[in-house]
Amino acid sequence: MRYSGFRILQQALTGQKGWTPAWRNPDPQPHYDYIIVGGGGHGLATAYYLAKQFRQSRIAVLEKGWIGGGNVGRNTTIIRSNYLLDGNEPFYEFSLKLWEGLEQDFNYNAMVSQRGILNLFHSDAQRDAYIRRGNAMRLHGADAELLDRDQIRRDYPFLDFDNARFPIKGGLAQRRGGTVRHDAVAWGYARGADQRGVDIIQNCAVTGLRIEDGRCTGVDTTRGFIGAGKVGVAVAGNSSRVMAMAGMRLPIESHVLQAFVSEGLKPVLPGVITFGAGHFYCSQSDKGGLVFGGDIDGYNSYAQRGNLPVIEDVAEGGMALFPGLGRVRLLRAWGGVMDMSMDGSPIIDRTPVDGLYLNGGWCYGGFKATPASGWCFAHLLATDQPHPTVTAYRLDRFARGLMIDEKGVGAQPNLH
Amino acid sequence: MIINHPLLGPCDAQEFTYLGDASLLHRPDGMAEGAEAAFVDYAYPRENPAGLHRELWFHEQGDRSWLVVTRDTVTHEITQVELASDVARREGRSR
Repeated sequence: MRYSGFRILQQALTGQKGWTPAWRNPDPQPHYDYIIVGGGGHGLATAYYLAKQFRQSRIAVLEKGWIGGGNVGRNTTIIRSNYLLDGNEPFYEFSLKLWEGLEQDFNYNAMVSQRGILNLFHSDAQRDAYIRRGNAMRLHGADAELLDRDQIRRDYPFLDFDNARFPIKGGLAQRRGGTVRHDAVAWGYARGADQRGVDIIQNCAVTGLRIEDGRCTGVDTTRGFIGAGKVGVAVAGNSSRVMAMAGMRLPIESHVLQAFVSEGLKPVLPGVITFGAGHFYCSQSDKGGLVFGGDIDGYNSYAQRGNLPVIEDVAEGGMALFPGLGRVRLLRAWGGVMDMSMDGSPIIDRTPVDGLYLNGGWCYGGFKATPASGWCFAHLLATDQPHPTVTAYRLDRFARGLMIDEKGVGAQPNLH
Repeated sequence: MIINHPLLGPCDAQEFTYLGDASLLHRPDGMAEGAEAAFVDYAYPRENPAGLHRELWFHEQGDRSWLVVTRDTVTHEITQVELASDVARREGRSR
């Protein structure tokens, strides 16, 4: 069923009785050409683009719980492409371009809102670094704009511009950045993939990868063995656990990242703002809640919940930037498990096992990457060649000294 | 989280900084045959288990000792805390 304004009117006049489920709930077949492990944003996007863009068929997505129940439902919904390094910026810009046409492409309202993202700076040195990053972005075709205090004051008059330690000196804006309704991304891709014949199999956990003569021939699951021509793993947060089934150790640690939402307020924040002197970022959801977050907790964790010291740290960052935040009550806090890679950048690559492909290591930047990650992973699965924007996201880049360390802190995942 | 320091008793985990997997105690010999591959294996890949994890914590705001903490990464429960120097000696390091 195609969604449109006409359809809404028609259903309104006929008692809303004609809506059908957005995707089927099929039983697994014994064999598929492609199995995608992980029914999150990236896995569903991969299946969608495999079917739509690369015209492949006989595709299944296996999900241990329900689709969109992992990090695509636990993030802070921000999209942007404000990276510095050559290995990163073209990929994230490709992703932002896909976001811009996504809703028309998969015929689903994902509430893509290009309300802009603003990175504040608080010192001369930081301004220089932001100018450099803005120039790098523009060289790759992205938009970037340096704003001074007065320009920022127009949109954000309530910020603490003259904070004694961290006065706001200006900011780097990317006006094409913004927010997206995160769950709708998973649902939109799932619906689009399902319409093109992809089997989305929920409550089907992969318990083993079957490897014969160095080739992956299928997966053992809680619903029996399913054979596959190619297996793509897109389970960021749990990549190490799944790839351990193939005897691999990844350059990844799993860490917990917390996020927060306040009670609903009238519109106050027009876009996304980030604090430059601590780790704090904030936007306002369409329901009115202030959605914000900061650092990871900093120790290995699969717990999907964090501890109080980081909540305190995030709150302190928020108060330094945005003193009015102290009058707002916190509604919810939650945690998600991140694949923190050793250089802070993702991996989309073949593995030493034939027919087994990995998409992971997204650190805490996975949501904005969802469309391009799916597209590029589908490209790799369908053609066995990396998409031009992900040639740097190799699994062997650590051994070859070709790390993409945006932050420049080395092989210490809790600092990325 | 509370880390039960073997010398100082229970301490808030906030007094510590976290390094990572305790396998980092075993730095390869840089002069040995195949040292390059051994160092790549030392520096980058991790077991990253969901469950018991032996990991290095540094008591930066305390006595500046290194500890090996055994902690469950699913529940955050800490079951064992030892001085890293004791562990290193027991595992065959000379100091």
